[in-house]
Amino acid sequence: MEPRKLNWQEFFIPRLIKASGYSAILFVVLIFFFLLREGLPALGQVELDVLFSQRWYPIEAYFGTLPLITGSLIVTIGAMIVALPFGIGTAVFMSEIAPRWLREILKPLVELLGGLPSVVLGFLGILLLSPFLRIFLDLPTGLTALAGALLLGGIAVPTIVSIAEDALDAVPYSYREAAWAMGATRWQTIWRVTLPAARSGVLTAVMLGIGRTIGETMTVMMVTGNAPVLAIKLNSIFRPVRTMTATIAAEMGEVANGSTHYHVLFFIGLVLFLISLAVNITASSVVFKSKKRAERVLS
Amino acid sequence: MKFKSFPAIILLLLLSACGAGGVQTNSTAETTSYIENKGSDTIVNLALAWAEAYQEEHPDVRISVTGGGSGTGIAALINGTVDIANASRQIKTEEIEQARANGIEPHEFIIARDAIAIIVHPDNPVSRLTLQQISDIYSGKITNWAEVGGEDRPIVCLSRETNSGTHVYFLETVLRLGDSKAKTLFSMETLLLPSSEGIINEVRQNPNAIGYDGLGYVPDDLKIIAVAETDGGEYVLPMISTVNDKSYPIARDLYMYTAGEPTGIVKTYLDWILSTEAQKIVAELGFVPILLYNP
Repeated sequence: MEPRKLNWQEFFIPRLIKASGYSAILFVVLIFFFLLREGLPALGQVELDVLFSQRWYPIEAYFGTLPLITGSLIVTIGAMIVALPFGIGTAVFMSEIAPRWLREILKPLVELLGGLPSVVLGFLGILLLSPFLRIFLDLPTGLTALAGALLLGGIAVPTIVSIAEDALDAVPYSYREAAWAMGATRWQTIWRVTLPAARSGVLTAVMLGIGRTIGETMTVMMVTGNAPVLAIKLNSIFRPVRTMTATIAAEMGEVANGSTHYHVLFFIGLVLFLISLAVNITASSVVFKSKKRAERVLS
Repeated sequence: MKFKSFPAIILLLLLSACGAGGVQTNSTAETTSYIENKGSDTIVNLALAWAEAYQEEHPDVRISVTGGGSGTGIAALINGTVDIANASRQIKTEEIEQARANGIEPHEFIIARDAIAIIVHPDNPVSRLTLQQISDIYSGKITNWAEVGGEDRPIVCLSRETNSGTHVYFLETVLRLGDSKAKTLFSMETLLLPSSEGIINEVRQNPNAIGYDGLGYVPDDLKIIAVAETDGGEYVLPMISTVNDKSYPIARDLYMYTAGEPTGIVKTYLDWILSTEAQKIVAELGFVPILLYNP
């Protein structure tokens, strides 16, 4: 009885695990084809120079997506400038410096922060952050790319901390001991030994942080003002912007199925998907290269 | 210990919420008829108040009211998923064609009138504008309050998103001054906010801001601008009386649409909405009753 049951499990469970693994690939491919099917007709219905013009006003057939793309980029870059030092700094502190008991408290707290619904952060942004920014920086309005970047940075920090901390934690203790034995200071150990050793995990953390940021919708829709202005000047960060995600969320509910506007919104989704894909590929190629070099050094 | 009891409390809350829901559905399960009502965010409060008052008198009818925007409501009517669509603009010709393609003939009811109030921060010294000035502000020709007699501050224009019936109405009536051939657009700097609350919040705390919203939604702590239709004209504040005598220039009809001539409970409900009793609720919510306007 007992061995037979075991056999049955051994037959079933690996296949289940395999199927779940492959299903992820299948879903990504299906989503990609769906986006292609719904988004590519936009290229046929809207002239390319209109699609990449500077005016977005879809109810009058102005389908310029440049303001939206630059809007998403400026908010994401701003958020990363906030989140990278904070996220990696916190991860280093928790894994390398903080005493055990403090770490036991910090880690769940950071993860709790990661579970905050983005709409709640949006409310904080509207009621506290944006008035503060307007008065403090003397801006016409506080609903700006900066407000979005600060809040999204806050959203990305827990993701980055959680994964980067795990990666740092996985670095064998003997590495640190070796560094200390050679007279390295704590800072030298962190900067020259632990962080480079955990490089691929930290890069994954950053990558997921970027992914979380560029895909975030509710918060940016509430705090960035949603004005479709081309955001390429230096002071654009202090001006309202409209992101791709907010545009899709705000307009998808209203479009007639199959209309030009509908296809253009899917086209924007496709651009968003390709940007995430590019970020992923760049990051994994960097990880891959660094691994090869490490292997070379070791051999 | 405190942390351990926390999930238990949440579970209890959830259970009690489920319990309450269950009781409600059980007590009305026998002879209940449902009306699905969806659409304009401008009308949603009014529709809710009507639904509540009506359900009190007719416990056998359940009316579910949701917002989402006029376009959303009409799209749902075209797809046949609602009984009544609320719209703060008239149905478009393309939408009628789409509905006919689905075998649905939209039937129109004017159920109330609404005035769009132009709102600014209470500390803003500007208290009156002409339609032309408002149009120039929103199209980006006027960018400083000093140009319309205010302080030297930049103007921040706030608007609803493009899927809002109020947005389209404002574009046609104010920006283009009712000229259907005009091509005037909102300035690119105009902030498009997803909700009425977003506009009211920003106007409340930002002395640079100008916004617009349905009269029924403007809280008392904001300043409403008196509007003149022409340059030499009289400046009029939006009120029930000024909307009814048509002296306030930014006012419109509000609509409900049904799929074909309504029958059964939907018809009874719409008849009730057009009665004096229901139209009193319209006035209470700051909209303009249709009966007083068109007896």
